[in-house]
Amino acid sequence: MTPVRRLLVLLAALAVLGGAAAGYAAWAARRDPAPVQEEAGRESALRPGRLMFRTAAGRVAGVPLTATSAVPEAGGPACDRFSTGGGTSICLVARPGPVATTHAVILDRSMRETRRIKLAGIPNRARMSQSGRMASWTVFVTGDSYSEGGFSTWTGILDTRTGYAVTNIEDIPLTLNGRRYHAPDVNYWGVTFAADDNRFYATVATGGKTYLVEGDYGRWQARTLRENAECPSLSPDGTRLVFKKRVSADPARMWRLHLLDLATMRETPLAERASVDDQVAWLDGRTVMYGRAGDVWSVPADGSGAPTRLVRGASSPVAVR
Amino acid sequence: MYISASRAADGARPRSRLSFAVPGNVLALGAVSLVTDISSEMVTAVLPLYLTLSLGLNLLQFGLLDGLSFGVTALVRLAGGNLADRWRRRKLVAGLGYGLSALCRLALLAAGGSVTALGAVIAADRTGKGLRTAPRDALISLSVPPDGLGQAFGVHRAMDTFGALLGPLVAFAVLTGTGGAYDAVFVVSFCVAVLGVLLLLMYVRDPRPPLPGPRPATSPRAVAALLRDAAFRRVCVVAALLGLVTLSDAFVYLLLQKRGGFGAEYFPLLPLGTAAAYLLLAVPVGRLADRLGRVPVFLAGHVALIAAYLVLIGPGWLVAVLVLQGAFYAATDGVLMAVAGPMLPAHLRTSGLALLQTGQAGARLLSSILFGAVWTVWGSAQGLAVMAAGLAVCLLGAWSVVRRHA
Repeated sequence: MTPVRRLLVLLAALAVLGGAAAGYAAWAARRDPAPVQEEAGRESALRPGRLMFRTAAGRVAGVPLTATSAVPEAGGPACDRFSTGGGTSICLVARPGPVATTHAVILDRSMRETRRIKLAGIPNRARMSQSGRMASWTVFVTGDSYSEGGFSTWTGILDTRTGYAVTNIEDIPLTLNGRRYHAPDVNYWGVTFAADDNRFYATVATGGKTYLVEGDYGRWQARTLRENAECPSLSPDGTRLVFKKRVSADPARMWRLHLLDLATMRETPLAERASVDDQVAWLDGRTVMYGRAGDVWSVPADGSGAPTRLVRGASSPVAVR
Repeated sequence: MYISASRAADGARPRSRLSFAVPGNVLALGAVSLVTDISSEMVTAVLPLYLTLSLGLNLLQFGLLDGLSFGVTALVRLAGGNLADRWRRRKLVAGLGYGLSALCRLALLAAGGSVTALGAVIAADRTGKGLRTAPRDALISLSVPPDGLGQAFGVHRAMDTFGALLGPLVAFAVLTGTGGAYDAVFVVSFCVAVLGVLLLLMYVRDPRPPLPGPRPATSPRAVAALLRDAAFRRVCVVAALLGLVTLSDAFVYLLLQKRGGFGAEYFPLLPLGTAAAYLLLAVPVGRLADRLGRVPVFLAGHVALIAAYLVLIGPGWLVAVLVLQGAFYAATDGVLMAVAGPMLPAHLRTSGLALLQTGQAGARLLSSILFGAVWTVWGSAQGLAVMAAGLAVCLLGAWSVVRRHA
């Protein structure tokens, strides 16, 4: 091929490839209209007796707990993760960009923003304590390249009463299997607070294993309770935890939900047999709910019964009490 | 000892030491790498967001898959290198690697939300990278007269890094312009990758000097016999030994973050700082290597790394650590290939470079495990001190071993 012909071929290829790329991007842009920037909901949807969740379009919406298949009342803020308790809500919003950031937005009873904390990474978990005092969240912070597998989780806690925020709790003194523990690879995620707004449970991962930890916020210390338990969620009466247990090396069937009775430390597998990668929320004292395959499902917390689909096209469920 | 066999085939004339000219084939390979890196870094930049926010998956699952694929990549690299030599078709094997990675962009779309399929696509992408690296470096080293190798690799690595820096910007421009359509990022990335493959096909030549006598052996046994050559064996041993005491970047960034002093949201910018320093230093340091000798510059790069560790233990200056880290890459990455290239006979050059690269990668993997353990037992400052001391000892040993070839 002569240099001139080669150049012509290159220019033609540039035109075709550039046209294809631009054409596809233009089509995709029209298909997915740009999401509207978040705005406070005009009418407050945060009323007791409602089930709040995040719609597939990314907005917080609600339905009556007694009629979860009703058309959701939308108009809530745009969130990637959402939780609420005692009239206060936390909304994690991803800010994609060359540098991935997340904003943790605290909302009051009328869904107005009261506080905004800028975080690194990608939203993963958000949880509000029952009283609405303690907010916690987890984000993924990725390294430079997925091919190096470099990422870690940063978990933060905000005391909304004092305004004090810890953006990464991994410096909390940790006792692992009864011994004080130090390691560089300690990662926490999935916090759940008890009713006293002081005791909390979470996952800690180190050395390739995950553990259930019990933390004391006031004394700022934590200890592991048992191995292989992720994303705990405490029952409203504070006696039981439902968590993800790793049961398979196959990434498609990795976790199964289990119940842990804190008095006897006995665990029971729940009737949901599919792998669930979510921190469950308690629908009531006997039932948990969780996001799976784009929908919200519920299952009895005692191992009986069978999973049922609660809301189509939803995630981040939370019951307003 | 094989220097006579490594004369460039594309009629390179003897050149002045001050010449800035780089053979067209190197520029073409640099352009291929630049375009390909834009494409691959586009995907790298958005993949965590796509997997977690769009598909709702857990990144931990990919961390697990990732560990498994290292062994596969190493085997593919060795086998691909050997095939390139056996068929005398380095460009073909490199092209297969580039092509496979390009197809992976579309396969990402096809994989949808299946974790197993996504894992397979990511493994295939890494296989493509494993396939193309050694033939590409062999092509560079066969296209340049030996006295200009350092500069040539410097130019190539600078172009490569420039593409890597552009990739995330292009990705987020597409993401912003389409209102968050990840599939558009993958399609654009595919088109860019195809352009890279086309550039390779049309502009890169595979120099094939006529073989003097009967066709030399290219069997795996002949590759293993490369290690019988004392000079090349020393380079392999030195590279692996130094790799064992080289901290992975992720640890350096983690330590910088623990030192604090900057907003958590800037954490992902740290690798960009290193890349920028690498980009600026690659060509001048490569030229320096051609003039002063590549082995001294390669070893000096590790001195920069020791300095980076000491700064990290001491005052913890962010910019100093990133610049030293970038200088380390500029003085070692391409320079090592420039050191080893002329030691390898042309007919086994790809296999030899693949062997060297695999040895170094394996050593670095071990170093991460080693450092993790030291950090756990003694703490981070002590771990850094151990690595710095280990580097110093290995460096002294390396100097006494390779001084003859300096």
